[in-house]
Amino acid sequence: MNEILGFSTLDLSRFQFATTSIFHYFFVPFTVGFALIIAILQTLAYRSGDPKLENLTRFFGHLFFINFAVGVVTGIVQEFQFGMNWQGFSNFVGNIFGIPLALEVLMAFFLESTFLGLWWFGKDRLPAWASLASIWIVAAGTTISAFWIIIANAWMQHPVGFEIKDGRAVMTDAWAIVTNPKGLEWFAHIWAGSLTVAAFFVLAVSAYHLRRRANVEAFRVSFRVALITALIGSGGVILAGHEQGQSAVRDQPMKYAAFSALWDTPEGNQMPESLVALPSNAARENRFELSVPYVGSFLAFNNFTEKAKGINDLQKEYEAKYGPGNYTPWVWPVYWSFRVMVGLGFLMLLVTLVYVWRWRQGKLDDPGRLYPLLLAMPLAPHLANFSGWIATEMGRQPWIVQGLLRTGDAVSQLNPLWVLLSLAAFWVVYLTLIGLDVFLLTRTARAGMHEPDVETPSVPAPDYVPEGARA
Amino acid sequence: MTDLPTLWFILTAAIFAIYFFLDGFDFGVGALQPFLARSEAERRAMIRTVGPFWAANEVWVILAAGVIFAAFPHWYGTLMTALYPEFALILLALIGRGVAFEYRAEINHRRWRTFWDVTSFVTNLLPAFLWGAIMANMVRGLPIDATGRFDGSLLYSVNTFSVLGGLATLSLFILHGATYLLLRLDDNDVLHGRARRAALIWGAVASALVLAFVYQGFIRTGLFGTFGFQEWLFPLAAAVNLGLIWLALTLKRDALAFAATGLTIVFSTATIFGSLYPNVLPSTLGDAYNLTVQNTASEPYTLRLLTWVGAAFLPLIIGYQAWNFYVFRQRIRAHDEKIPGGHD
Repeated sequence: MNEILGFSTLDLSRFQFATTSIFHYFFVPFTVGFALIIAILQTLAYRSGDPKLENLTRFFGHLFFINFAVGVVTGIVQEFQFGMNWQGFSNFVGNIFGIPLALEVLMAFFLESTFLGLWWFGKDRLPAWASLASIWIVAAGTTISAFWIIIANAWMQHPVGFEIKDGRAVMTDAWAIVTNPKGLEWFAHIWAGSLTVAAFFVLAVSAYHLRRRANVEAFRVSFRVALITALIGSGGVILAGHEQGQSAVRDQPMKYAAFSALWDTPEGNQMPESLVALPSNAARENRFELSVPYVGSFLAFNNFTEKAKGINDLQKEYEAKYGPGNYTPWVWPVYWSFRVMVGLGFLMLLVTLVYVWRWRQGKLDDPGRLYPLLLAMPLAPHLANFSGWIATEMGRQPWIVQGLLRTGDAVSQLNPLWVLLSLAAFWVVYLTLIGLDVFLLTRTARAGMHEPDVETPSVPAPDYVPEGARA
Repeated sequence: MTDLPTLWFILTAAIFAIYFFLDGFDFGVGALQPFLARSEAERRAMIRTVGPFWAANEVWVILAAGVIFAAFPHWYGTLMTALYPEFALILLALIGRGVAFEYRAEINHRRWRTFWDVTSFVTNLLPAFLWGAIMANMVRGLPIDATGRFDGSLLYSVNTFSVLGGLATLSLFILHGATYLLLRLDDNDVLHGRARRAALIWGAVASALVLAFVYQGFIRTGLFGTFGFQEWLFPLAAAVNLGLIWLALTLKRDALAFAATGLTIVFSTATIFGSLYPNVLPSTLGDAYNLTVQNTASEPYTLRLLTWVGAAFLPLIIGYQAWNFYVFRQRIRAHDEKIPGGHD
């Protein structure tokens, strides 16, 4: 039995991988950016000795904690599924891919989970400097973790520092793998993207309380910190993204052509970029297209005279190089998710600039007419991340390791029934978790700084109300 | 040592031993909670014994998987594909467990807490059982064909030996959880007394199941007869430890009891991995298809790199994790605590 309900093990495994990665990725960038914001807030609290800021830190720390648990547990699934569903992949890349993965655990996961516990539960047991150091260590851990996993992923998109031996990839140059230019660009993009996720969340929560005039002095601080973070994040995402597009033209031209739905190599000596298109894989052309001249050349090459190769030419090239087969990704989801990502990136930058401008006007404490948009904005970076992953991972199909291993050769030979059952179970659990997470985040964020429900002397409960305020 | 694959096999065994030692008591506390805690204060006290630790304890299994992936990629893919349903269930359980720990305290509502208590119970029980079943299947061997693919049905991995292995780890972890509670709870509490009784009962159950598992392994295929040197060493050490637990419980020496259950877990893990060597996963279809330490290992370059980073970071990790336990060393009281709105 190779199929169930018309789905093959490969289809189901791909769907399961996408499910797990995307779900895991709702939490990871949030953790990366949020830990940094909280560390900055706690530094401000430490330096000023202001108990209001100390409370603010605990309040956001509580929200962080709600997310962290789900991030950790979904990360385990992420790691195990390489072995469970992608046996061919594990065999082929283990020599290389396993190293950044092991480094991520050794250098980051232990740090994060140990020091977050110390920071949260050890508030009353550690001196203030040690508590501050703990949250900075957590922030560093989340960033290191992002670095290693991006290095691993970048190797799949742009393999370097290896040779093929007995049909598997073997590491020859670890330094080349660590300094993979693709990896460094991506890390910049991912890290900046993580800042936006946390920044817009903190902006929304702060705006909510500023609007209600509750703890204004504290929330105006978090609003400013988040606004600066959002500026660095949304600006950085766009700049790094521009760099990435240009390296994709060189390293993954098929992916780049799919981003632009560029079926045929342009005839003139410049490249237009389509604003809107309806790509069709069946017809191998766009059923409708509205293009602007020169923009494509600028995006891909920073000039107005160069052009990239189209999908149809690349397909012929790949057939000549790798043998007969379909090397064209499914263009419309790649094209449209890429556009959603870019559009949301610019929306984030725009909203940030509006508030930077208000800051200069001295009107920052009032969220103003954009308030409803600000409350909805935390969705934007998540949606941008979601689309970005769809674009980049679907865009490199049929390759799981660019030019070396096809996705179809990487999958485990499993009974599709087991994959279907596990997929269904993961969906049920994930949907429940995301519902609970959103529910608890909203509830805790809206409640604002309040006395904890539970107090126990043995281990402090979530507590962000100072001793004096507790009547 | 120049034989890096063997070094990493030993380190993999050590990482699993540390994982079972640390997460073992988390599983045990979770499984014992419905039986030992009778009030909300007691339930909270039990959760707080593992609260600051469980996440870091769990990271050891992520490390174990990462190390197998990097050092023995062929083993990684084959084992997890062959025991796919077991690993899928473990993952689902670990998700539920982690969230139950964190979310239970978020809302002070009886039905909310009960939901997480039930989730926590089931999701602590499952991995405790499944890890034993997986270890038993590893020792027993799986139908692995010439290409390194698993060639058997799902039910292949469900057999007397693996069920016995699962029950043995489950009971060992429950026992370990009970002795952990002895060490972490205030010793004047009634809860502490209940934990002591649980330790006695589960000490007996675990002894019987572990011995049955070893006996079954020994009689069936002589699985535990392949140490090469001193084949009696680890089973004997495990047996001595079980005796020690009884002694410690009678003498009311909590730390000794905990050390003894911990050592039992460490020695049991060593027994499993020791009897596997030089294989990592024997094939039941023929010795030629066995996955061995040598034929699944990564290239020397990768292993050397792994050795350097392991040497740099493992001592550091053990250091700060030990400090974490030191910071939260106080025993936890279940009673005379102020829990506004926390009563049932």
